[in-house]
Amino acid sequence: MEEVKLLGWWVSPFSRRVELALKLKGVGYEYIEQDLAHKSQLLLEYNPVHKKVPVLVHNGKTMAESLVILEYIDETWPNNPILPRNPYDKAMARFWAQFIEEKEEERGKLVEEASQCFITLEGELKGNKFFGGEEIGMVDIAANFIGYWLGVVQEVSGMELVTRDKFPVLCKWMDEFVEHSVVKETLPPRDELHAEFEARLGAPSWKY
Amino acid sequence: MAKEIKLLGTWASPFSHRIELALKLKGLQFEYLEEDLSNKSQLLLQSNPVHRKIPVLIHKGNPISESLVIMEYIDETWQHQNPLLPKDPYARAVARFWAKFIDEKVLWTAFKAYNDKGKEQEDAIEEFSQQLKFLEGELKGKEYFGGERFGFVDIAAFFILQFLRVLQEVKEAELMTEEKYPVLFEWMEKLQGNEVVAGCLPPREKHIAYVRARRAAAEEAASKTKAA
Repeated sequence: MEEVKLLGWWVSPFSRRVELALKLKGVGYEYIEQDLAHKSQLLLEYNPVHKKVPVLVHNGKTMAESLVILEYIDETWPNNPILPRNPYDKAMARFWAQFIEEKEEERGKLVEEASQCFITLEGELKGNKFFGGEEIGMVDIAANFIGYWLGVVQEVSGMELVTRDKFPVLCKWMDEFVEHSVVKETLPPRDELHAEFEARLGAPSWKY
Repeated sequence: MAKEIKLLGTWASPFSHRIELALKLKGLQFEYLEEDLSNKSQLLLQSNPVHRKIPVLIHKGNPISESLVIMEYIDETWQHQNPLLPKDPYARAVARFWAKFIDEKVLWTAFKAYNDKGKEQEDAIEEFSQQLKFLEGELKGKEYFGGERFGFVDIAAFFILQFLRVLQEVKEAELMTEEKYPVLFEWMEKLQGNEVVAGCLPPREKHIAYVRARRAAAEEAASKTKAA
């Protein structure tokens, strides 16, 4: 009996990454919404080190950190792989996923630096539909914030970093990403997300 | 055969030491190229254009950057001996979690704990202590983080903690002591006693002198910025 639970927060792109991976692989799971302002005993017990979402529980085994969880999901349910099989290509995917994570951490930094990151990422698309090629992979999932959340952040903050004329390739990827049938299911409603970010004034801090 | 694998590294970097150890554990011949970070080689700039950092592994002309990514690549490409990660997906997830914790949290908190001043330093010292306790908790009752044999997390953690001990000596601080963290210290001693592992460590006095010089330079630069 497979028992999969996911502790998440509807706003968090990290939480949505895991949902996306589970859905891409057709894995059923119980979703348990967390209130990060009042952390549950369950969350504190399952992730004592970081006290954050997402947390995946599979047959009683708990794990945290979205990219770590993505690798676990790919290894446990090998259908619709999100990582390439070849070790070198896998290494490249891991490198880019990490790059995206690091840059998200630094999101408060200079606009210039952020622009450089987007230019670098555009280069990585190499004319493909997705970072993973024809289909979504680990890097696309890791970049979900850019794919959807960034647009909302830009609206709320009034800062237009990624525009169609400056980053046509990235914007095309964003279009494909949000239109993907499975991705669509994991995106929080735009107006609700907008309201949530507005309430947090400017720099949204989903990393509780 | 040695031409097939190149490692761009620096003698003082714990990230570089990780890769040296991983390659040696797999019994691989490789060409080691010492980088001068104040004068980066064309090879480094070409191989890691995004970060321009070491370590970089170049295998059959293909470069890979980021030490944990490199370690996974090594483990997947050469499976014949000394597996770094366990086979079980859950055990792998746990190992990756702790390695990430060390790189993303412990190291940076430790820097603040040793280098900052005032309230920021106090908070960092508190957090660092908590982090070390978590690590001890994970290690307790086991020979190594990897279980019976040392593996991914041990390699990731050992060189970082050894580096922090060097920094501690330079700063004349006492944040990591055997009294406070007996489990960690016992584990470090075990690894220091392993010939292959110890062979990847730089000479202690040389390392201390180097870190001392770098700290002095950093502090001077910081005070100049403040004065200006």
